[in-house]
Amino acid sequence: MQTVAKRVRKATVGREYCVACGCCVKVCPKSAVHIVKGIFAEVDFEKCIGCGKCARECPASVIAISEVPL
Amino acid sequence: MKKRWYDYLWIVSLLYLFLGLFNILFAWLGLLCFFTPLIIAVVGGSKSYCNRYCGRGQFFALLGGRFGFSRKKDPPRFLKSRWFRYGFLTFFLTMFIVMLWNTWLVLSGIRELSKTVTLLWTFRLPWHWAYHGSAVAPWVAQFAFGFYSVMLTSTILGIFTMVLFKPRSWCVYCPMGTMTQLICKARSGNNVSLSQNYKENPYIMQSEQ
Repeated sequence: MQTVAKRVRKATVGREYCVACGCCVKVCPKSAVHIVKGIFAEVDFEKCIGCGKCARECPASVIAISEVPL
Repeated sequence: MKKRWYDYLWIVSLLYLFLGLFNILFAWLGLLCFFTPLIIAVVGGSKSYCNRYCGRGQFFALLGGRFGFSRKKDPPRFLKSRWFRYGFLTFFLTMFIVMLWNTWLVLSGIRELSKTVTLLWTFRLPWHWAYHGSAVAPWVAQFAFGFYSVMLTSTILGIFTMVLFKPRSWCVYCPMGTMTQLICKARSGNNVSLSQNYKENPYIMQSEQ
């Protein structure tokens, strides 16, 4: 019997274009996002539930929600 | 989410623009928005000002987000490109120097005080009602008119991109944000240590490929 890999949604930040404004930090319900040294946002994947609030809020639209294997 | 005192700084930003309608000398207070983020970036190495204390960003978030005055569309690619952000910063700083030059001309008596506010570096609007005589030196008022022009212009640009794109689209090309990010980058050098979680996470490998 073939097993199907379970997939989960996670947010990822396109660091090159991130302006580190912190909009994503404010809306994250799980406090999973933080700004690294004023340069870009970083997502804690242990906490991220892939709700997409940060992606919707990001003014530069550099956060993507991707389905990835668990 | 519990609101903190700094979540209400948008009121200060609105009040600033409002006070400038009645007495232009209040425009000097805008220097706080200029120096505070720079000091935080230089001393603390962070963009806490943008992240927490920027009243203008909060105002756009409120207007575009809660009140729905934003299309909430993705910004065009060029808006977040380096050449546009650094180009706009250069342009903005050049215009700032021109404003300082005009202040110096008034200080040295070469030019008379211009009781106008210049919008988008082009349109001169009469603003004489906000000037109340000679309690201060003319150059002090000239700087105030110039600085208020900068603040009003950036607010208008911010509202424009707020309506067209995401509420806080201004943050993408805000010259102060670009400058503070550059300072933070310079402070860190190439030594930005990602958290262990980030380094080891396979999702990043997938998404950045």
